[in-house]
Amino acid sequence: MAERRKRVDAVIIGYGWAGAIMAKTLTDAGLSVVALERGPARDTSPDFEYPRIVDELKYGVRGDLWQPLAKETVTVRHGVNDVAAPYRKYGSFVLGNGVGGAGVHWNGQLWRASPEDLRLRSHIEERYGKSAIPHDMTIQDYPVTFEELEPHFDHFEKVCAVSGIAGNLRGAIRPGGNPFEGPRSDEFPTPPLPPIEVARLFERATAELGYKAFPVPSANSSIPYTNPYGVRLGPCNLCGFCERFGCFLYSKASPQTSILPILVDRPNLEVRTGAYVTKILRDSSGKIATGALYIDDSGAEVEQPADLVILSAFQMHNVRLLLLSGIGTPYDPATSEGLVGKNYAYQMVAQTAAYFSEDVEINPFIGAGAAGQRTIDEFNSDHFDHSGLGFIGGSQIYAGATGGRPIDQMMLPPDVPHWGAGWKAGIRKHYRHSAPLGTMGTVMSYRDRYLSLDPTYKDAHGLPLLRITFDWHDNEYKMAAYSASKMEEIVRVMKPEKHATILMRPGMPYDVRIYQSTHTTGGAIIGSNPTNSVINRYSQSWDVSNLFIYGASAFPQNIGYNPTGLLAALAYFSAAKIGDSYLKSPGPLVPA
Amino acid sequence: MRWKTGILTVGIVGVVGLLAAMGTSYVGDRYAGEKHLAGPPATPELVARGAYLARLGDCAACHSIPGKPPYSGGLRMVTPIGAIYTTNITPDPTYGIGRFSLADFDRALRFGVANGHTLYPAMPFTSFYNTTPEDVAALYAYFQQGVPAAVVSNRPSDIPFPLSMRWPLTYWRWLFAPKPTPFQPLAAADAEVARGAYFVEGLGHCGECHTPRAVTMQLKATTPKDGSAYLSGAVIESYFAPSLRNGGTGTLGDWSVEELAQFLKSGASSKGIAFGSMSDVIIHSTQYMSDADALAAATYLKSIRNDDAGKAGPFLYDPAVHTALKNGDASKPGALAYLDNCAACHRPDGLGYERVFPRLAGNGVVQAGDPISLISIILNGASTPRTKGAPAQFAMPSFATRLSDQDVTDLVNFIRSSWGNHASSTTARDVARVRKATRPNG
Repeated sequence: MAERRKRVDAVIIGYGWAGAIMAKTLTDAGLSVVALERGPARDTSPDFEYPRIVDELKYGVRGDLWQPLAKETVTVRHGVNDVAAPYRKYGSFVLGNGVGGAGVHWNGQLWRASPEDLRLRSHIEERYGKSAIPHDMTIQDYPVTFEELEPHFDHFEKVCAVSGIAGNLRGAIRPGGNPFEGPRSDEFPTPPLPPIEVARLFERATAELGYKAFPVPSANSSIPYTNPYGVRLGPCNLCGFCERFGCFLYSKASPQTSILPILVDRPNLEVRTGAYVTKILRDSSGKIATGALYIDDSGAEVEQPADLVILSAFQMHNVRLLLLSGIGTPYDPATSEGLVGKNYAYQMVAQTAAYFSEDVEINPFIGAGAAGQRTIDEFNSDHFDHSGLGFIGGSQIYAGATGGRPIDQMMLPPDVPHWGAGWKAGIRKHYRHSAPLGTMGTVMSYRDRYLSLDPTYKDAHGLPLLRITFDWHDNEYKMAAYSASKMEEIVRVMKPEKHATILMRPGMPYDVRIYQSTHTTGGAIIGSNPTNSVINRYSQSWDVSNLFIYGASAFPQNIGYNPTGLLAALAYFSAAKIGDSYLKSPGPLVPA
Repeated sequence: MRWKTGILTVGIVGVVGLLAAMGTSYVGDRYAGEKHLAGPPATPELVARGAYLARLGDCAACHSIPGKPPYSGGLRMVTPIGAIYTTNITPDPTYGIGRFSLADFDRALRFGVANGHTLYPAMPFTSFYNTTPEDVAALYAYFQQGVPAAVVSNRPSDIPFPLSMRWPLTYWRWLFAPKPTPFQPLAAADAEVARGAYFVEGLGHCGECHTPRAVTMQLKATTPKDGSAYLSGAVIESYFAPSLRNGGTGTLGDWSVEELAQFLKSGASSKGIAFGSMSDVIIHSTQYMSDADALAAATYLKSIRNDDAGKAGPFLYDPAVHTALKNGDASKPGALAYLDNCAACHRPDGLGYERVFPRLAGNGVVQAGDPISLISIILNGASTPRTKGAPAQFAMPSFATRLSDQDVTDLVNFIRSSWGNHASSTTARDVARVRKATRPNG
């Protein structure tokens, strides 16, 4: 029998970026809030202190900050006729854990979406005709526009002290910025850091080719900066220990560095760590959530009653919890019935390693998650004419590593041995003269790519794991090949002695062993009505009106940008509506 | 026999003298202070004013401890003769000050006398002596009406008899405590300076940490009129509370009034960030000052000038060390340790990052005559205060396990002699002493 706690106004499941945004919003409005986080409490001091944090083996390889897979993981299969196997060792993506979640160990690449990304199906049909979208591609429009989200993109960028240069400021195209971006209402809050060496070479090469390179928008503050909440962030020093690590300089935006300092003393907020939520509880009608059921650190089952339930447990776990709680109908690819789990997508990446001559001094250890890198957007989204190319979507093409760490980031040409004297000679020759370029591209959603509960494998508490059914489609192979060809063109202008490209080609299935990206999306998608989505434009569940779901689980397909900016903007957009309307009169905010 | 008579005489005179002394001091204690004070009625405004003044006086710093009701006492304070514990000053009639009249309260606050004996000067009545009658009445109203009564008994001191006898304190008080007179601004004083003086010399009790003490433990100066020792800096625990005067290096000479006021309200300015006990003062006391009071206190402090103020120019930054480090020259002793441990936050140019990681170049604390603060901070780390105006808290890790005494010595000397800093060297013995005092368990 679960121990029942005292009822609160709102319970938040998962205390990462979205959870912190909602904790601030709801406590601002005077609600009593309990935030449940299954992982441990974490803060810059003591958990990310220098020099302990700059331990590549502990954090970068063994993932001390990540979700322990032995307790809970996912299973993966390529197609509906395959048997899924557990993801026992980290590879393709890494999963956050603890207060701050993945917002602690991300790179800090903080993008918006292109305006057309938010109405993708309509836009593609308008430009290329209905036949441009294959029958099994299930992309759809967002029920919210770029203009509606713009103030929230802007606000989150200020909260995160993002460094960059505006390319489109209120309609005026500005040099140095991204000419393809949607109009910004304001400049970036902090200036970009100077380019690291490979980015500088990239700037020159892309200029020769007529492309407009610009700084990657970085939630790595370039200067000490006080955000709109009065929280001051520190400066990025390009230490080379960004992704996978916590930031010891208070510079990488995370819930800890950007939001939690003002929440710490709020009497109406209680944070419970070690609280592993297993179910969202509902009343007998099934239409109203009554709280969350969780297992605490001692193994006891606890019920936390609440009038409002916020599900912000990361894209994967949002979908899993909906399925475990029986909320909505699970998607069945055979019948196309149901929506929970539908439209799972990922990120298609490629990389070219450039090996320069010894007079080109690249100091690879100088790097940050986003700061110092440069990118072009010419070949992303629908910024270019796709006529005759046979695919839709595209990629950003960028230059710059996040560091030169010895275990994972020392690149070598394919002909260099992997061990021994030959390896050492190769490292000596190439370490300070090599750098990567990369593409990060869109992945569309398809009928046969989805999430469901695994029939066999269970977590440490005996609950079914989430099963991913995913593999690449033709569209993505073609898109990646095209983007990679553009990247190689740029690389050739940079004149390395040699270069090597890693690219997914037809015949190469999705490989979970190699890190690609943690941008997993979909499964609880946003849409205009209950027949095409799990949540409405305010991130409110169509099925359970006092349940709001935040994260990239909302994305109907994935964009060619990192997802954090868009998911945060959707959260702030929803938060404003909750404050304005929902709290005064709870109920469905959009007619079904 | 004559010698027996002699001894007896001496003995009787001694005992009589002792009794007389004790009796005199007892009588003196009982009747010290104003005998009759009629207070104004305790309106909500008066209670609120009292609450504000209690913040300024930081009564909670000693009379409130975590886990216990506010102002119920119990803080352990170490004296040379044993530990004492602060008292319950809630309105509880049995254990607190519920039975105090306004006169009793005034006697305790300004004269240092309560329950018929002199208070240990850990209670800074030597600073509170100048509190005006209106403010005493406000504080009394707050502590009687605004604070919930807490039934928490007072813990007796750990001081062994006969050292626990109080009457010698009466003599200390008569000899050394400033005469309790309500604050009067100097005739020619600017109103804002006077307002700042009232706070700094009085309730703010800044001198209790920032003014050095004589061997008999009293402050060497309690106002600027008492001479250049006033607020000239003093060692407290294992830190040096810096000079708050204006002059050359190690003083507030380079600070502006606005920077000082900002520091009081948020714990940070571009010139420095609070550490050690001052962090607690900012968090519990000065962050609640009104803007006007913070500016007044800052204006007053900026008016206290050393003889050499004006002769010493502003700090002159010297780029030589930064240039050397940029060129890969880390040959200066301590330079490599600085690059490996400090430079990420404090930068190779020693300029830090404004109101995040303090600058070391030209920093008054870094350049103080006594390097103990720098040594303590390197060994034990430091955390900036979290205030309403500055909610982000930045922490410097402890380097005690990573650096030896010699490493710390080299580092301290490097920092105190780079970028234009000119301050004396320290030795491994000094570092070892601080390490032992602050980290007895290693």
